[in-house]
Amino acid sequence: MKIREIKELLDAEVVCGEDALETDVHSACGSDMMSDVLAYVKDQAVLLTGLVNSQVIRTAAMMDMVCVVFVRSKVPTPEMIELAEESSIALLASGKRMYEACGTLYYHGLGGAKHE
Amino acid sequence: MSDKLNFHFDVDGENFVSAGQASVQVKKNLRELGLPPEVIRRVSIAMYEGEINMVIHANGGFADVDVYEDKIVITLDDKGPGIKDIALAMQEGYSTASDQVRSLGFGAGMGLPNMKRYTDDMQIDTRVGVGTKITMTIRL
Repeated sequence: MKIREIKELLDAEVVCGEDALETDVHSACGSDMMSDVLAYVKDQAVLLTGLVNSQVIRTAAMMDMVCVVFVRSKVPTPEMIELAEESSIALLASGKRMYEACGTLYYHGLGGAKHE
Repeated sequence: MSDKLNFHFDVDGENFVSAGQASVQVKKNLRELGLPPEVIRRVSIAMYEGEINMVIHANGGFADVDVYEDKIVITLDDKGPGIKDIALAMQEGYSTASDQVRSLGFGAGMGLPNMKRYTDDMQIDTRVGVGTKITMTIRL
């Protein structure tokens, strides 16, 4: 799925990373707990979260993710946008809640982790 | 010892927002050295968890990353309160972090277990009231 399709499916606004919209992504994860993202995520390219602080972007950068979707109408801070741009991470903002956003993407073919 | 490359960082214990800066920098440096992406990811995640721990538990400290021909050694040194019970601290889900830290997305009791998970060896040298030194090794 392309990041552009995520944007459309979630009726999301592109906060930054407009030039990454044609990037293909193959899996995603949803969490507000960054410790868990660092523990359990393997190769997911997209993080859906309702948490808003700089550590969200740093966590995504550590995990080599390419896109973070903020749910529940959360808005990233200018500092977070700057960090995301430095790490070439696209930021999207959606009004959908976590369950609905994850469900919508999953239903349209964006899977989660491959279980070991 | 002479053929190693050292990256040294002061980790600011006052500022949660800036926590992780050193890890981001290390990730960049290791990329420039052309190391395998999986190695870079393991080093940067282990260091990032360590850095977050130093900020939330120990009021900051020093972080060193030494790159050798056959291994990378991460050393995290703080003058924090020390770890009373290492076995308990290593247990997934056990945390002494405050609710404020939890609300920031950390303090799930995964920090030390994650650091062990992503490295080949981890040694914890801690004294209550004096500080903690954690040495992690990733073989190349």
